[in-house]
Amino acid sequence: MLSTYLIALGGGALIGLAATALWLGLGRVAGISSIWGELLVGDAAGRTWRLAFVAGMLVAGVAAAMIAPAALTASPPPLAGVAVAGLLVGFGTRLGSGCTSGHGVCGLSRLSVRSLAAVMTFMLTGGVTVAVVRLAGGWS
Amino acid sequence: MSRAHASATAAAFVAGAVFAIGLVLAGMTQPTKVLAFLDVGGAWDPTLAFVMGGAVLAHLAGLRLVAGRGAPLFADAFARPTRTDLDLRLLAGAAIFGVGWGLAGYCPGPALTSLGSGGTDALVFVGAATVGMLLERAARRSPVSP
Repeated sequence: MLSTYLIALGGGALIGLAATALWLGLGRVAGISSIWGELLVGDAAGRTWRLAFVAGMLVAGVAAAMIAPAALTASPPPLAGVAVAGLLVGFGTRLGSGCTSGHGVCGLSRLSVRSLAAVMTFMLTGGVTVAVVRLAGGWS
Repeated sequence: MSRAHASATAAAFVAGAVFAIGLVLAGMTQPTKVLAFLDVGGAWDPTLAFVMGGAVLAHLAGLRLVAGRGAPLFADAFARPTRTDLDLRLLAGAAIFGVGWGLAGYCPGPALTSLGSGGTDALVFVGAATVGMLLERAARRSPVSP
């Protein structure tokens, strides 16, 4: 349906706008895994803006869950699978210096070769993982 | 707190909120939709390609508009990424991240946003990802690390 694609495009544009606002205001790249990871161990000087950014995400998430609960749905695997996935995502994004936002949105917008290589790699392993799960019978 | 510091904090809060609203609108907080996007050989849902397209186009244009500035509004300098080399750490990290993404359909931004739903799965994911991040740091700092 056309409107589905338009909403997706608009949602994406908001993400790009927010990334631009963080760059214009603070001169920082909107890479969520880096913001999250540096919040855990980074220097105290950079902690305030990172906390504020994550707080903004959480407040918007709570508001979205109240206004449109159907827009926030559960992950299909059992909780043990979700935990393994979380471990891999946390470890991998820090090792690889970024995720879908830092390498995907921000890196591709900067025409970064490193980010393009990272995006192609995680799209490939993500796609293979989904295919393996499907061939093994899926989560349900 | 200085005025610039307060402005920076407020700007970061707004940017985080708008980012999360974008993720929700885009469908990124629906893991089944994300997994369907990655399932190119199955019942492929191409919608999320439009999300990435919209985000990159908007940010590409935004970066061009900001490009002439010597400094950001509320900070001393732009923290510009400078590395251009491809190394094993980058590719291995991206590969490991992709496997986790393909298992649960959560990447970091949507997972943090989904905490707002109060769902157990989002909480478990965020907790486990935090542990994964700390493990990576421990591995990086250990003497046997390459």
